[in-house]
Formats: sequence, C-alpha cells, structure tokens
Amino acid sequence: METPDYVTPLETGYKDDYHNAPHFNTRGDPTKRAFTYLVLGSSKFIAASAARVLILKLIYTMSASADVLAKGSVEVELGSIPLGESATIKWRGKPVFIRHRTPDEITLAAKDDQAELRDPQLDSERSVKPEWLVLLGVCTHLGCVPIANAGDYHGWFCPCHGSHYDVSGRIRKGPAPLNLEVPTYSFIEDDTKLLLGGETQR
Amino acid sequence: MRLIKKPLFNIVNNHLIDYPTPINIHYAWNFGFLSAMCLIIQIVTGIFLAMHYTPHVDLAFISVEHIMRDVNFGWLLRYIHANGASMFFIVVYIHIFRGLYYGSYAAPRQFVWVIGVIILLLMIITAFIGYVLPWGQMSLWGATVITNLVSAVPLVGDSIVAWLWGGFSVDNATLNRFFSLHYLLPFVIAAASLVHLAALHQEGSGNPLGIDASSDKVPMYPYFIVKDLLGIVAFIIFFSFFVYFSPNLLGHPDNYIEANPMVTPAHIVPEWYFLPFYAILRSIPHKLGGVICMIFAIVVLALLPWIHSTEIRSSRFRPIYRGLYWSMAACCLILGWIGGMPVEDPYIIIGQIASVYYFLYFLVILPLLGSLEKFLLSYKIN
Repeated sequence: METPDYVTPLETGYKDDYHNAPHFNTRGDPTKRAFTYLVLGSSKFIAASAARVLILKLIYTMSASADVLAKGSVEVELGSIPLGESATIKWRGKPVFIRHRTPDEITLAAKDDQAELRDPQLDSERSVKPEWLVLLGVCTHLGCVPIANAGDYHGWFCPCHGSHYDVSGRIRKGPAPLNLEVPTYSFIEDDTKLLLGGETQR
Repeated sequence: MRLIKKPLFNIVNNHLIDYPTPINIHYAWNFGFLSAMCLIIQIVTGIFLAMHYTPHVDLAFISVEHIMRDVNFGWLLRYIHANGASMFFIVVYIHIFRGLYYGSYAAPRQFVWVIGVIILLLMIITAFIGYVLPWGQMSLWGATVITNLVSAVPLVGDSIVAWLWGGFSVDNATLNRFFSLHYLLPFVIAAASLVHLAALHQEGSGNPLGIDASSDKVPMYPYFIVKDLLGIVAFIIFFSFFVYFSPNLLGHPDNYIEANPMVTPAHIVPEWYFLPFYAILRSIPHKLGGVICMIFAIVVLALLPWIHSTEIRSSRFRPIYRGLYWSMAACCLILGWIGGMPVEDPYIIIGQIASVYYFLYFLVILPLLGSLEKFLLSYKIN
C-alpha cells in the first residue's frame, strides 16, 4: 500500500519500531476533521454548562430559603402608638420604626426639604400619611440600629459611626450615604392597622 | 535504610529533620514554628468544641454556656480556643514584622511572602466568623457591620449581602453557614501553610544578615528543633497566663449578652487584632472608599516584594529604613488604639493622619528609599 502524504515518519521521539510504525504517525483523514471537531466542541460545551449548573445550584442554596421569605409581612395596631411617640416592630429580622409625628415635626420635616441633603428626597415622598413615618431602623452605613430622638437634627442618631438623621429619616451628617429606607406598607382596616410588606398604596 | 529516608516519609526528613538551616537565625525566627503550633491548637480544641456546640440562633448562646458550665473541662477548651485566636494573631504579627525588619519578603522569597499574606487574609476571615458563633451582642453586630461592607459594592452590593446572609438580616441561616465555613477554613489555612513551608524550603530560609547563607548551615534537628521547643515552652507560659488568670481580658463583656437584633450596643468594637484595619475603615469618610482602603491595607503587604527598591534585605545595613520601620510599627499601634476609640475628635483626625501615613509608607516612602540609599552609598566615593 502506498503511504499517504500526510504521514510524517519518525517524529515520535521513540526509538522502537512500534512507535515509529507508519500508523503511529498518521494524522488522520482530513475529511473527517469537521465531524471530530463537532463532537469534541459540543462535548466541551456540555461539560462547561454542566459545571455552570453545578456552581449555580450551590450558590442558589445559599440564598434566602422559602420559610425565611414566607415571614414577609406583619400587621401593626396603630392605636397603641400615641402622638409624638414611636414604636419599634421586628420585621424580616430587622427593626422598623413607626413614628406618630406631631404637627410640629411634620412642619420641621417639610421645612428641611429646602436644606442641603445628601440624598435629596421630599418629606411627602417618604410618607403616605404625614403623621405616620415608617422607616427601616437600619443605618445605611453599616446596618446598626439608630437611636430615636437623638442627634443634631431631632431625628435619629447611629451610635456605631455617628450618622445623624432628621425627622424624616434623611441622612444629614456622618458616614451613611443614604436616607433611612422606607419599607413597603399599606394602611388596612379603616386605617387602624398598618401592614408591613406587600405593596405600598398611596 | 531507615523508614524516614523512604519516599513519602522523606518529606518529613527533608523539611523538619535534615533541612539545612542557616546557623545565625535567632529567636525572631521561632514564630513560624509557633504559628504552626497555634494552628494545631486551634484545630484540636475547635474539633472538640464542635462536639458540644449548636449552631442555631436559639441555642448557640446557651450551648456555649453549656460548654462553660456543664461540659467536663469545657471552660478550658473554650478559653484555650478563644485566647488561642489572640495568641495566633500575636505570633503571626510578630512573624510578619520580623519579615519586614529583615527583608524576608525580598527576592527570591516573594512567593513565600505572597502565600503568607493569603494565609493572613484566611486567618482574618476565619477569626471573624468564629467570633460570630457564640451569638452574643458583639457577634451579631460585628457580623452585621462587616457583612454590610459588601453592600458598598455598586449595583449588586445589596443582592450579594442578602445572599451572604441567606435572608433579610444576619440570622439563623448566616450562623449556620458561618459555622460550616469556620470548620472548613482552618484546613485551607493548613494546606496554604504547607505551601508556604515548601516554597520557603525551595529557596532556603533567610537570616538576620539578609545574605545568602548556603555556605553555613546546620541540620534543623536537633539544633533548631530544640530552639523551637524552648520557644514553645515560653509561649505556653505566656498563653497560660491568659487562659488561667485572665481569660476574658482580650474579649468584650458585651459578648456575654445574647444577640438581640433590635438593640445595637452603644459602641461596636471588633477583636483587638482587627483594630488597626477597623481604624482605617472608619477614617475614610466615604463608604466604598473606606472598604477599599481597609482591604488594600492588607493587600499592599503582598506587593512589598515589588515595592522593595534595593538589593539589601536586612535592615541591619539600612539605618534609614530601620527608623522608618519603627515608625510603621508605631503607626500600626496608633491605628490599633484609634480603632478601639469612639468616632469623635481628636480620635478622627489622629486616625486619618495615621491612615495616610500607613499608605504613604508603603506606596511612596519605600519605593523612593532605595534611590536615596544608593545615592548616599556612593556619595563622594568617586
């Protein structure tokens, strides 16, 4: 049989006859390469997507589980919070401040709309009814619980790294970058109760 | 042929028995061995503590009290483990500062040094998540503050934090995964330490003169094994003082209050060994900037082999560097002091000056010092 021209003899580096036999130096039939590449390429693709799925599933297991997500909403009786006082409710493992604001506080908050704010927001945007201010009691700096009726702006003061919030829960001074977050909530049962979680209804 | 000379066993022989050691290394060279001993102490006591500990928000605090009161010698186990973390950091910090003084990071040992910085980072993570496990007030709020650092990442920060927590706050899911990782990471550290050792023995140990010592070496056993053993006796005496006489000196009393997500302690402080980094974090009046600077304060150490601007390793022959070295040591102590202080004047400004000096030292002074030294060395000779 004639030796095909794509055989390169004696390049194996071995000295024995077995490794230097012509079949050992055959590079294969070029007309079959497209099929070989198709099989190899698709196997690599399948292996890579299998690895991706494996990693993603492991990452997903660390996200909030169904029971944690199920504890999403809480009802609060508003009649128990007198004017000028605030209540702290535990919601999703975090404190929520519900402040029954006095007319003076509402006026002060509205006046502060004109002040220089780091995270500009109107007081009216931060409350559904001006007398009820609902805030997530988590400092936007590093997650501590701010203290009520403290700080330079009569609102909240975070003892951890010294952030001051005003009566609308807006950041005024200190390292925190954002205003105290307003959670989603709605008033239910003729405005006697507040439902934390769900959709905010204005 | 003796067993120790056979394959597999000869690894022990090559690294701990017949390993050629420079004759002039002094007691500052004990701390590598001591840190290995610390790791072993932590792993052994940790395995036994895990037999009695329960990683659940309702039971974790109680199970630690159970270990302290009911488990036979549980108090000893826990005090060794808790103080052992502090001892580990004391030993490792001395080990690092020895490296800085004698230029151990310089070529050809860059790889050894970089692995060392990785081990330091792993130790910091392990110690931090370990401190969360007793589920006291400092555990919870320390975890809250530190995991919230990730929320500084633009766009995806908040999602990553929720994923880290496995919920809406640091809660049961967080405690469980921290326990799992606290069990895993020490073994990763052990593996990294073996790489650290193998990389060191590839090039050979450094020595106080900072010169090539290949002409003057002795076997590790008995000479330096005996010296290391003397060191460990002294270390155990020091360690025992804390364990037996003052076991809570280095801890925070607030961690004996069970974690309460509704009340933040007035003054959150991390463990003493994190205070310098915490001071840098708080000195930067910008959230993301503070986080980046704190991480960079550790990462900058890994760049030292390339920041180093001279062929001389040991500071015995670098008088200017020697002064600067002690200024850096003082800077770290000042940062540590500021990290434990409340955020108010004058501590804010002192912290900011010290933070600026820390980075100035590594990023400006050290790269330029080599040129100054070369100039002074050749001054008026030609």
